[in-house]
Amino acid sequence: MIPSKEEMYNALAERHGVDFQKKVSSASVTVCGIGGLGSNISISLARAGVGKIHIIDFDRVDISNLNRQQYFPEQLGMYKTDALRETLSRIAPYCEITADCVKLDENNIPELLKDCDIICEAFDNAEAKAVLVNCVLEKLPEKYLVSGSGMAGIDSANTIKTRRVMKKFYICGDGESDVADGTGLYSSRVMVCAGHQAHTILRIISGKYDV
Amino acid sequence: MITVNGEKLDFSGTVTELLVVLGYGEKRVAVELNENILPKAEYENTSVSDGDKLEIVRFVGGG
Repeated sequence: MIPSKEEMYNALAERHGVDFQKKVSSASVTVCGIGGLGSNISISLARAGVGKIHIIDFDRVDISNLNRQQYFPEQLGMYKTDALRETLSRIAPYCEITADCVKLDENNIPELLKDCDIICEAFDNAEAKAVLVNCVLEKLPEKYLVSGSGMAGIDSANTIKTRRVMKKFYICGDGESDVADGTGLYSSRVMVCAGHQAHTILRIISGKYDV
Repeated sequence: MITVNGEKLDFSGTVTELLVVLGYGEKRVAVELNENILPKAEYENTSVSDGDKLEIVRFVGGG
């Protein structure tokens, strides 16, 4: 039998502090792209007790994802939104999870992202990253935005950092290593970047805006 | 002189031309000019001049 909502909340508050838990439980985050970055980020946020998580992706789980993305072999072929929703519900049964199985573009970004406090960019394609970031900065300037860029290859994990580029725009990664260079993507290094992004989101929620 | 990502640069021209000089693909960047986001549609018609401060974020693939 799973614990009650109150039992789970209290267990988190005991570990994170009452003040943090109060803030995080009323926060809402939208994760755009739930591949290597986004699936790991969503899981960190769910475990921390974020109240509302909105996941967006158009893709299905593929065997090539299993080296770094939080999916299981038996989920191959499922929409990532369905597969991750299932996993997040098991981790955090009282988290309000919403999902949109759709490709984000300039036309639907303002409407789909208008209701959350914090937007997380977690795409894999560089041009898609730029479209989302530009669109949010132009059309939803009141939102906090946390993006990821540069986590490919087996270089040192220590080069992955968080930068506060603008007042409400943060970017995590090494800024350089491009998957197009053929260096591959490793679970551990992608998770370091995802950890930076998730942690930045939790810090923003807790009112700590520096990096 | 203009400032790009904290570094001084001797340049005059449009933002589109600046991105070419820097070797940055226009479709993979976000540009902040004097602390305001510059819409992509304005790159071509926006001239940068002495004293301007730009922050150019480049995106690379992988996720």
